[in-house]
Amino acid sequence: MAQPQVRKPVEGFLDNKKFLHPKFAANYGNWKYHDRPRPGVLHHVSNTGDEVWSVKAGTQRQMDHYTIRKLCDIVDKFGEGFMRFTMRSNVEIAVSSAAKVDPLIAELEKNGFPVGGTGNSVSMVAHTQGWLHCDIPGTDASGVVKSMMDNLIDEYRHERMPNRVKLSTSCCEINCGGQADIAVVVQYTKPPKINHDLVSAICERPTVVARCPVAAIRPTIINGKPSLEIDEKKCVCCGACYPPCPPMQINDREANKIAIWVGGKNSNARSKPTFHKLVAAGLPNNAPRWPEVNAVVGKILKTYQEDGRPWERMADWIDRIGWPSFFEKTDLPFTKYMIDDWRGGRVNLNASAHVRF
Amino acid sequence: MAKPMHPTPNLDQLETGPWPSFVTGIKRLAKDSDMAVDLLGQLEHSYETRMGHWKGGTLGVVGYGGGIIPRFSEIKNPDGSYKFPDAGEFHTLRIMPAAGMHYDTGTLRKLCDIWVKHGSGLIALHGQSGDIMFQGASSENVQKAFDEFNELGFDLGGAGPALRTSASCVGHARCEMSCYDEAKAHHQVINKFLDDLHRPALPYKFKFKFSGCPNDCTNSIQRSDFATIGTWRDNIRTDEGMAKKWFAKNGINTLVNTVTGMCPTRAMQIKATKDVAKGEHITSVALDGSQSLEIDNKNCVRCMHCINVMTGALQIGKDRGVTILMGGKSVLKIGATMGSVVIPFMPLNTDEDYEAYLDLAQRVMDFFAENALEHERTGEMIERIGLANFLEGIEVEIDPNMINRPRMNPYTNMVGWDEEVAKAEARKAAAA
Repeated sequence: MAQPQVRKPVEGFLDNKKFLHPKFAANYGNWKYHDRPRPGVLHHVSNTGDEVWSVKAGTQRQMDHYTIRKLCDIVDKFGEGFMRFTMRSNVEIAVSSAAKVDPLIAELEKNGFPVGGTGNSVSMVAHTQGWLHCDIPGTDASGVVKSMMDNLIDEYRHERMPNRVKLSTSCCEINCGGQADIAVVVQYTKPPKINHDLVSAICERPTVVARCPVAAIRPTIINGKPSLEIDEKKCVCCGACYPPCPPMQINDREANKIAIWVGGKNSNARSKPTFHKLVAAGLPNNAPRWPEVNAVVGKILKTYQEDGRPWERMADWIDRIGWPSFFEKTDLPFTKYMIDDWRGGRVNLNASAHVRF
Repeated sequence: MAKPMHPTPNLDQLETGPWPSFVTGIKRLAKDSDMAVDLLGQLEHSYETRMGHWKGGTLGVVGYGGGIIPRFSEIKNPDGSYKFPDAGEFHTLRIMPAAGMHYDTGTLRKLCDIWVKHGSGLIALHGQSGDIMFQGASSENVQKAFDEFNELGFDLGGAGPALRTSASCVGHARCEMSCYDEAKAHHQVINKFLDDLHRPALPYKFKFKFSGCPNDCTNSIQRSDFATIGTWRDNIRTDEGMAKKWFAKNGINTLVNTVTGMCPTRAMQIKATKDVAKGEHITSVALDGSQSLEIDNKNCVRCMHCINVMTGALQIGKDRGVTILMGGKSVLKIGATMGSVVIPFMPLNTDEDYEAYLDLAQRVMDFFAENALEHERTGEMIERIGLANFLEGIEVEIDPNMINRPRMNPYTNMVGWDEEVAKAEARKAAAA
């Protein structure tokens, strides 16, 4: 019997050369310096004297094809046919003459793409899928981001922070949004609720037991069926058991809270890279505009803007002023949950007489 | 014309405000896509209940074990049928963009055309690992969509316990701080390990990331198992004209407060030009008629700060290569860990350099595949077995650049001390 026709895939990672703007290709590996003529514009000069201007604009990341086609139309008419995207879903459109910059900016702004995100501005939020597409989300990352960027768009369009500000949003504690100067991350506050009827059919129990970071899960029999139980005194409500075992529902309409973390920095500039630190929790998961989260993020940013010195990232600023001043200036409550008691956490205690009065 | 819209009072509030709205975008799709109409219905239901309502499953394309993220709606009618049937199946295809996420408009339009034909028309540029995420295909259309993307030259990304899609910064294409050809390394690594990417058979996920300099724009130290970061071994270069121009514009206070004062190793000094030191590792540049900036390159840790501030006046060196860190990962399950130095420096210029680099990657992947426990990332494995054992396994010599400080407790058996001293002497002799 004849087999149905199956197309054999062509495996391989495509080369990026044909997608490079001609100036990028011509000066590949041969750039000399750059400056920023205005917020949202990078001007690069090569060792041969070639110049290129890149105009940077924000997008909503989850784009309908009409939005992408609109960008293509703008790039064809006001740019030179090429664009690239940054890790934070900004689009960068290169042009080879300074005269093309202002008309391109005007067209982007006219069509709702804010121009900015360069240098010491607040860039677009790196974020996760949330309710739109994730199978374990505690909130809707796209909605949180939209509500935050509506408030921060002026700081996106201007360069008036001490240094660049990178934000992230994650819809569960796994933190797929990543480390950031300010990170908005779901915080669970109740152990999972187990549907014992479904565990044996859906979950590979040893895998789930092994997944728990505090060994709080053990196999058991409930109503004659194999299931799992949780030592709720041990449980740290991290949600790690939920992805391999959906009947262990960690999400809850009221118990899902939002926490704010600050001072994550991936760059090696000045200090070594640092992870973000917990500074607020217990904020309600208040869709569709998350006003409580926005209030805390806004307060931290404003304090940093007023108190940080030029080139200090959020982490550098806090290093200089100390954590007591950070909590005082931002008016955020310091609670016992900020004292690290995870393994190795004692290195985060102040083992010195260095105290600011 | 699509079917009538569901009421979306919550989502409607995300159409206000100046930032581009993803809700407005999906509503544009909903004018002629029943799938988008039902997606909005499902999402509004999430906003009402404040809960997610998708579940995963198993779905793939011919010849591959990963790359498709299946999503089935969990919102059902009492009879078991989907409440939002046209978005009942709403799968994502992860497709790898070209390195650096560069596009020409023609290709982007073709990608849109394919996704309108076989999917919802909703595209995320990009996911956190660096994939294009084509969101919203029915089970039936996943293969059709993939075939057309593949005809255009694109391939699926990674998912599950596999090599994942990688990311590289803009680098050589448009950045003066780029110390190696990131796209070339990115390209070679992915193509070498394609089988591990498409057919998940590793203990857990494995990620490479490529940053051209220590500014680390791809966040490789925190987000990848294998971080390749550009650096240089010789001296910082200068351009006197640009240095003088910078100083004339910014002045001594800015120089002291934002450049020399922020150098993490105090490797910079401002001196009278006549007093500037001479030597193999000294860089100096005149700032005006009498003052110069002096850099002790032996004590420079290549943090990038001064080069970021005085772009053009100060420039990366010419003896370039990479520093490689291993073991970065996010929270699950021991808490976030950073990658740490495994290769302080290796050149990455000639074909032989690339061969040595890919050999190293192969040894690391092999060691990970054989020694990591199920669901254990490289960083967790290194923590469990110790860095010294890991290095032995991947045939890399120890180096004091790998540590912040030597151990501060006596709890190890040092019976092999004399042999290790002999090895240290041999390393010293080999390097001389």
